[in-house]
Amino acid sequence: MAPKKVLDPENINENIKKLVYAVRGELYIRASELQKEGKKIIFTNVGNPHALGQKPLTFPRQVVALCQAPFLMDDLNVDILFPADAIARAKHYLSYTSGGLGAYSDSRGLPGIRKDVADFIMRRDGYPSDPELIFLTDGASKGVTHLLNILIRNENDGVLCPIPQYPLYSATIQLVGGTLVPYYLSEEAGWGLDVKEMRSQVLEARKKGITVRGLVFINPGNPTGQCLSEANLRELIQFCYEEHIVLLADEVYQQNIYQDERPFISAKKVLMDMGPPYSNNVELASFHTVSKGYWGECGQRGAYFELTNMHPKTVDELYKVASIALSPNVPGQIFVGLMVNPPKPGDISYPKFAEESKAILDSLRRRAHMMTDGFNSCRNVTCNFTEGAMYSFPKIKLPAAAIAAAKRAGKAPDVFYCLKLLEATGISTVPGSGFGQKEGTFHVRTTILPSEDDIPEVMRMFKTFNEDFMAQYEGPQSRL
Amino acid sequence: MRRALQAITSNLAASTGQLYRRRLPSVPRTDTLPERLLIHRYFFFSAERSPPITISTINPKVLSCDSAVHGEIVTRAKRLQQILLTKPSDLPFSEVIFCNVDDPQSLGQQPITFFREVLALCDHPELLDKGEVHGLFSLDSITRAKSIMKSIPGRTVGGYSDSKGIRSLRAAIAEGIGIRDGFSGNMEDIFLTDGASSGVHMMMRLMITSDRDGILCPIPHDPLYSASIALQGGALVPYYLNESTGWSLDVNELRLRLEAAFAAGIHVRALVVSNPGNPTGQVLADQNQREIIEFCRDEHLLLLADEVYQENIYTNKKYFTSFRKIARSMGYGEDDFNLVSFHSVSKGYYGECGMRGGYMEVTGLDSRVKQQLYKMASVNLCSNVTGQILMSLVMNPPRVGDGSYAHFTEERDNILSSLDQGSKMCVDAFKKMKGVTCNEVEGGLYLFPSIKLPNAALTAARSNGMEADTFYCRKLLDTTGIVTLPGSGFGQVPGTWHFRMTILPSQQKMAEILSRIADFHMKFMNEYRN
Repeated sequence: MAPKKVLDPENINENIKKLVYAVRGELYIRASELQKEGKKIIFTNVGNPHALGQKPLTFPRQVVALCQAPFLMDDLNVDILFPADAIARAKHYLSYTSGGLGAYSDSRGLPGIRKDVADFIMRRDGYPSDPELIFLTDGASKGVTHLLNILIRNENDGVLCPIPQYPLYSATIQLVGGTLVPYYLSEEAGWGLDVKEMRSQVLEARKKGITVRGLVFINPGNPTGQCLSEANLRELIQFCYEEHIVLLADEVYQQNIYQDERPFISAKKVLMDMGPPYSNNVELASFHTVSKGYWGECGQRGAYFELTNMHPKTVDELYKVASIALSPNVPGQIFVGLMVNPPKPGDISYPKFAEESKAILDSLRRRAHMMTDGFNSCRNVTCNFTEGAMYSFPKIKLPAAAIAAAKRAGKAPDVFYCLKLLEATGISTVPGSGFGQKEGTFHVRTTILPSEDDIPEVMRMFKTFNEDFMAQYEGPQSRL
Repeated sequence: MRRALQAITSNLAASTGQLYRRRLPSVPRTDTLPERLLIHRYFFFSAERSPPITISTINPKVLSCDSAVHGEIVTRAKRLQQILLTKPSDLPFSEVIFCNVDDPQSLGQQPITFFREVLALCDHPELLDKGEVHGLFSLDSITRAKSIMKSIPGRTVGGYSDSKGIRSLRAAIAEGIGIRDGFSGNMEDIFLTDGASSGVHMMMRLMITSDRDGILCPIPHDPLYSASIALQGGALVPYYLNESTGWSLDVNELRLRLEAAFAAGIHVRALVVSNPGNPTGQVLADQNQREIIEFCRDEHLLLLADEVYQENIYTNKKYFTSFRKIARSMGYGEDDFNLVSFHSVSKGYYGECGMRGGYMEVTGLDSRVKQQLYKMASVNLCSNVTGQILMSLVMNPPRVGDGSYAHFTEERDNILSSLDQGSKMCVDAFKKMKGVTCNEVEGGLYLFPSIKLPNAALTAARSNGMEADTFYCRKLLDTTGIVTLPGSGFGQVPGTWHFRMTILPSQQKMAEILSRIADFHMKFMNEYRN
């Protein structure tokens, strides 16, 4: 007889059991099952551009391919297949390494790439950046985990997170044994944040014995897509200064801006603009990645974080933890280098690069409008405009009968809705409960990533399903 | 006999109880008593305005873990490298040679051509549509790349993959495992990770629920394990490998340590075995592996088999057999034995450390537990796709009849024979040094010689505030520029001293390195002779 298992659900880490990561949770698992059974699934559950047909930018792929196979550059025929600037750039990056892509780099990443990141930050913000305070990581998620691991000592340590939030934060806070302290974004005010609301949440948390140590904000927002104003950022920084809280700025969508009223402005720039005592005291960690923007290179796992005003010994400890995993993957680091230092006017590859980038961003902007408008034309659905990032987060007014049916089925109402949507149309979304939402409201997150050709059909299928669903649980639409 | 065992056990419990208690964070000298009190204050005070994130207020588990790889010797080595660039005449050597980490390609080893051809084509698949590609790439690398790209959903390396890794690649790996072991693999057991280290962290996170959860680890061991256990707040339960018998693993020693841990209130969940060993370089005999498997079954332990050096074998008296193969050969099926096997693209003859490719093969675990593992993996979405592809190539390299086979085997055999020669050169050289003993390097990429340090050296070390082997390694570095790691970072029998060095440098370089070490050693032993 087989012996009892060493590990059973009763004796493993409770935090793992408790955590939920809806983006690849119940809906995704069900969608994968249906796909295996032969159903056509449209995966809009995760911001994964290339998987939905977005082409990679040509120049970076040429450079990395050459770095992978440097012997190509010894061949006289290499010029037929690769432009001169890609070849030069590949040689340049290889010179950053101690042995090509196959050698470990410094645990914080190749110094040359970190310097390039620092230069980029300086150009973007107008303030110097120290390469020694920049860490490259295997995706931004790993960087977030590092910081939360440092910050959270036990369940009495809390981290403020926006509701709705990208569930990496809730999952990781759970994993490292801390407490999530929510602050609610206001849907009616375009998902704006209110520092008074934040303050009241902090006071509530303190009454319960929670020490609030960090504040996460996502700009542009995920899933909410709002772009913060400079005033908002100032308020956040001031709040962190007063309450002595570390600011964690998730800025991975900084290239994805679809309106002109509020361009992207980094937390670092605003912090520095504010001058002392803020600029030399507020502890800040800013995250960026190659997975989003117009790059969409999710599979490379390339990212960085920049630290500002952190205690030097804390930086040392972060370095130590990073060194346990030896180094981030080197090809991913090269992608980060390329992202912060793309082809410039005058470079051979510039015209093509500029054309490809512009096409992607223009298309995303159009798709943001298409999807917002499409959702707003549906019964019982309202949708704020996707000002930035890659998602649409419509609010669905679920009829009482639907909520009751969901309860009978043992599902949260929006999970129930999303499962029905999946089964009817093959569209795989993530229910709003996966991100957090105000009590009594229900949302669905989709990406705006299906191709422009596909979106009309996707919206049509959604609309039809939604009509049928509402008719079923609310009766035919009354004429006003 | 029972009473004698009990006496040994309780003595061990008393002394090893010290070992189990997570080492207190090493607080820097600038830290004051008021700051230490602050830690307690913040823990027990009802919540107030957050303290700044200083060394005293970060997660103590982070403070308690060590990283030998990033320790003081390496930090100093990097500083010396800087000095060589600016004021080379200040130093008695012209080059800092990093023999501390097994990073083959940083020491001049070339990557395997076929692997890099395939990766380059997958990175830039536009090439596959161009006729000119045949002028630059081998035919079978083109075929392989096309087949891989076709099998990836979305036909792109730029997308997040399945959180366990791309199905087709896992299938290729499972097939490779089947060919290696003679028992077919299952792709649902494979989790592709950013290097094997990520998999180890996941398992520690899964298993460790409190500081009462213990993991049996070999002394000496790869500091990844002590660091990972400390980070999760668990208890490392040491078991000693026997240096005098070629670093052999005695199951009686395991049993003794397990009972001592139990007596100290530690619940041991798993046993870590490294085969071939790091830093010790021994390859386990089949019989030994069978004993270990029976021990794990009897004592209800999960076996964590670190098998990343499986293709680095330099003895014809032994060969690598995976624990999985041994278990199956013993008649234990999938469900009869709880095993996690780790592999990586960083070692072997491919040495692709920078790509961060690896996998863990998880067999015999409760399916609900595997679901939790999957959930944990999904929070990070997936490991890097290039690393995944490379791992599948390592497990499914060119075979007889393939166009690249001849060149591939030539490259592979050259590297392996060079490593073999390097290992023997090193062992021979160290055996000649007075006061040094060195076991044969049967496998792996390191050697771990033992030095009998004279009392005067021990005194000098103490007065410098260092462990004796750190003192030795520091002097070696300052005199010769050669970077090695002191044995205290890996664990050793108290009172013994070792250092770890890789066998990677080329023969020519190695001759030079060994001669300088011999020279230094002689002078050191003379200077500190009793």
